[in-house]
Amino acid sequence: MSATGASDAALPPPPARRRLPRALTNPSVIVGLVVLGIVLVAALAAPLLWTVDPTFLRPRFRLRPPSDVAWLGTDQFGRDVYSRVIYGAQISLFVGFAVATIAVIIGTLIGVVAGYFRMLDMIVMRVMDGIMAIPAILLAIAMVTLSGAGIVTVIVAIVIPEIPRVARLVRSVVLTVREEPYVEAAIGVGTPLPKVLWRHVLPNTIAPLIVQATYICGAAILTEAILSFLGAGIPTETPSWGNIMAEGRQSFQIAPWVILFPGLCVAATVLAINIMGDGLRDTLDPRLARRLGNVG
Amino acid sequence: MSAPVLDIRNLAVALPRGGERPNAVEGINITVRPREIVCVVGESGSGKSVTAFTTMGLLPPVLKPVAGEILLQGEDTLTASKARLRELRGSRMAMIFQEPMTALNPVMPVGDQIAEALDWHDTKLSRAERSARVLALMDDVRLPRPAEMAKAYPHQLSGGQRQRVMIAMALANEPALIIADEPTTALDVTTQAQILKLMRELQARHDSGILFITHDFGVVAEIADRVVVMRRGKLVEEGTADEVLNHPRDPYTRMLIDAVPSAVPPPARPIPDKAPLVTTRDVEKVYGGGVLGGRTVKALDKVSISLRPGETLGIVGESGSGKSTLARCIARFVDPTAGEIRLGDEEIGQKPQRALHPIRRRIQVIFQDPYRSLNPRRTVGQSIIEGPMNYGTSRAEAWERARDLLKLVDMEPAGLDRYPHEFSGGQRQRIAIARALAMQPEVLIADEAVSALDVSVQKQVLELLEDIREKLGLAMLFITHDLRVAARICDSVVVMLNGKVVEAGPSGEVFGNPQHDYTKALFAAAPGHGRFDKAPRAPAAG
Amino acid sequence: MGRFLAGRILATIPVLVVVATVVFLLLRLAPGDPAAILAGDAASPEQIAAIRARLGLDEPPLTQFLEWIGRLLRGDLGTSIISNQPVTKLIGERIEPTLALATTTILFAIAVAVPLGVVAAWRHGSWIDRAVMAFSVIGFSIPIFVLGYLLIFGFAMELRWLPVQGYTSIREGFLPFITRLVLPTLTLSVIYIALIARITRASVLETLGEDYVRTARAKGVGERSVLSRHALRNAAVPIVSVIGIGIALLISGVVVTESVFNLPGLGRLTVDAVLARDYPVIQGVTLLFAFLYVLINLGIDVAYTLLDPRIRY
Repeated sequence: MSATGASDAALPPPPARRRLPRALTNPSVIVGLVVLGIVLVAALAAPLLWTVDPTFLRPRFRLRPPSDVAWLGTDQFGRDVYSRVIYGAQISLFVGFAVATIAVIIGTLIGVVAGYFRMLDMIVMRVMDGIMAIPAILLAIAMVTLSGAGIVTVIVAIVIPEIPRVARLVRSVVLTVREEPYVEAAIGVGTPLPKVLWRHVLPNTIAPLIVQATYICGAAILTEAILSFLGAGIPTETPSWGNIMAEGRQSFQIAPWVILFPGLCVAATVLAINIMGDGLRDTLDPRLARRLGNVG
Repeated sequence: MSAPVLDIRNLAVALPRGGERPNAVEGINITVRPREIVCVVGESGSGKSVTAFTTMGLLPPVLKPVAGEILLQGEDTLTASKARLRELRGSRMAMIFQEPMTALNPVMPVGDQIAEALDWHDTKLSRAERSARVLALMDDVRLPRPAEMAKAYPHQLSGGQRQRVMIAMALANEPALIIADEPTTALDVTTQAQILKLMRELQARHDSGILFITHDFGVVAEIADRVVVMRRGKLVEEGTADEVLNHPRDPYTRMLIDAVPSAVPPPARPIPDKAPLVTTRDVEKVYGGGVLGGRTVKALDKVSISLRPGETLGIVGESGSGKSTLARCIARFVDPTAGEIRLGDEEIGQKPQRALHPIRRRIQVIFQDPYRSLNPRRTVGQSIIEGPMNYGTSRAEAWERARDLLKLVDMEPAGLDRYPHEFSGGQRQRIAIARALAMQPEVLIADEAVSALDVSVQKQVLELLEDIREKLGLAMLFITHDLRVAARICDSVVVMLNGKVVEAGPSGEVFGNPQHDYTKALFAAAPGHGRFDKAPRAPAAG
Repeated sequence: MGRFLAGRILATIPVLVVVATVVFLLLRLAPGDPAAILAGDAASPEQIAAIRARLGLDEPPLTQFLEWIGRLLRGDLGTSIISNQPVTKLIGERIEPTLALATTTILFAIAVAVPLGVVAAWRHGSWIDRAVMAFSVIGFSIPIFVLGYLLIFGFAMELRWLPVQGYTSIREGFLPFITRLVLPTLTLSVIYIALIARITRASVLETLGEDYVRTARAKGVGERSVLSRHALRNAAVPIVSVIGIGIALLISGVVVTESVFNLPGLGRLTVDAVLARDYPVIQGVTLLFAFLYVLINLGIDVAYTLLDPRIRY
């Protein structure tokens, strides 16, 4: 509110490094981490959690409702839905984390190149626009149809449409930061370009990337579920939340639990991740929060 | 004497808990009478804007008035209902803001924005009356061709025109009180002079009292009937303009007035007559164009200057004059389109970026905004040693030098391990100077390096720069829009307009006897012209 | 203005070329032998060879690419492997339900989301703001088909208010048309509402903090007018641009929603093609949607010039 440019109220926020511990006290982040932790422990400790072999067929126990024996009922092949859901968490979480990691790494490289080397920017960003124009689900469906279903294909198919989003984010941060006087000052004292990028530009992308990675992780789990549901996902020998639901489709009207329970798991996990993302965004990256209003 | 239109009595506004002090302002008493301009002067953090916004009922929710009353023609605005406040705003009290660009709605024609002020207070106006009234208001503030301009959007207007629109809007319902919050700070000096003139004229034609918030004693001298000086939320001194400006009672007021640099340069320093260190010949910079064609802007047009070792050369001009572009070309942050730039015997203007490494060390820049010129993630020490280490100095040696440099700029060496946000604006500017000096440069470019600082801090940093150039025998290129600052520190000045040099010469000559019309106009427009231009003092050091 | 338009239109051409190239490369860069995979496990070498010839995989890549672009320019999206019909014809038969669903969803979502977002921003921090944000984060988290089944379960099976599945053309009467679209529209709009409400809230929150809003208040403008004429009006560009970008989300959602509600649209066509490994159909629909997306966003860019006088040169 004070008049001249140099106002103490306009202090910029402290660096992200010191905001990370503060982020961990944000209630949304805590809630998200706790739920995610539970799912992760369940996935890793699946054999210890009173599960049976998730692929074991018991034709005589088909489509049984939840009971003492099968806590969440059985599917059309008599397989135990509870065990399949617990084991399915492994695949869903793996897909989520893998997609987030790969997309962030590749997207960051592309974004930095586009943001700093103006010659390449036009070309790279037009390619990114082109990829963004292709509906993600259809691109994934096409890839899975051509290359055969499998976890690698599914991960690649989900990663590709996410890359342009990361690249655009990183590029916009780089474009903003490179105009900062402190970057110019670093160039002015003779710092070579790679060091300028590493020391002065890239650290600014960490906070938005953590936030973005969280949202990508949630979106990837959802997309895997949708792909499997449409019959273009991970083969049903390995249970994933998506393919459990896909198999429950035909019997939905008589055995809704086959879809309901994995559906709740997906929703709860993705919700936890998104809530965590919102919390991280609010604490780590208030500027991004204002600019994007989060597009998940 | 007529009854005051505004009577602020014993006002206090609380800051949120954990602030640097309990109250943003306290014990404020200000009165404004009809046709009177009362200037509230203070540096940043003085609470002058808080006082203005409290009066309008436009405080952000975190700030709460806790004591006192604000009587607008006898009616207390602090206790008024929201609906009543809305009625009062725009009709009995109106406000003019600092940034005319952001203060106008960018997607609404300016005529409609003025009309809106009428609509909400005088619903009986017919369509024709309303538009006639808008045009009359625009004419009143001397906007050319009102009928056309009413249809224009803010971005199509110049800064001064936008501020005239704001003033027309404020006058729309003949308010008893107009609050002007730094209305000319964002404007160029010649535009500022015109707006101040307009406000004085309007004051003669309308009955409004004006509460005028400013940090600039030059502006105070131009416009004030009475002056209120504020510091850290408290009232320091109050009196007529003559009393306060010429016989300040409070030491703080005296210090502020003394800190205003004189527009008469001190006696010339002896500059050894050596071969120039930096010369530019016919430097041009053209922006735009490119593959798709498009408009081009000539930011620099055949600019030739020369800077001798040990000399301080001022580049003076208003926004858009090209003065910063010239600095950035010489520092090679941008590539000049044509022309020659020499550092010593070496041509550096056309060298590719990768060949500039040896040059960079020799030219260092201090930037305008001390809040953005230091990487917030790196300690002060890391920022200072980065440069020397790029040129092979060992970490230990660079660190040792950084300690000495902090002492040189009057700071504690312990500050090396701290982060920039722990320092004030003035301190950061000292750190930025230390960083530049760590390179042991031959040329120091100060690009509006003191413009963002409060006048008292500005004085200290200027003294530091004077001190350093004496000690180290530095050549300095001093870019500024502020004539007083230029007069104080520069041995010679170059005046720029629209990318061209219009006048150049030793400070004494240019300031004492300007030749070019633009230079004359510029000097005449400087607020407080003649008022602070005391007898030249001896140079600060040496 | 004309210059701006021409620039925008020119800028979409490389994007369309990239789209066509990526879709072309998918088939050629797929690891393994796509023809074998498309033919299925039980296929004979002759059948695989036939599919390969059919997809043009026998010819040199450059020839393939040029022919592919040539066919696209003529509006030829290939022929179905299964039904031997031109893909354009199959698309023509199935496009109506998809357009109907997309239209109702866009209209409904905008009508709900924009007011929600504005009110949330205006009452920043209140219960209504929190409710909108909660709805939005939940909307982003529920798999769309789970939501669809929940709605079917609730409104169609338990309450029996609405038909479970299927589609009736508007030509057979508005009421049967719309009743069958209610549940799919609700399902599909949730994520779109979440998106638009969120961006509206964020943008209006930002414009409410701008100086010109303060100016409007300083001249005594009422709150409703501050919100509509100043805050929302200035937030229009980001909101409209997200509506455009969100079309991508909508297209993905259409595929799923049509499967859940058994609507005979393009989504169903695609899913059936997945099961039958009818690649040319998948490819054709993908291209069509991508081109539509680019064109819609081009239209939105043009709309910017109406919303913001500064984007005119």
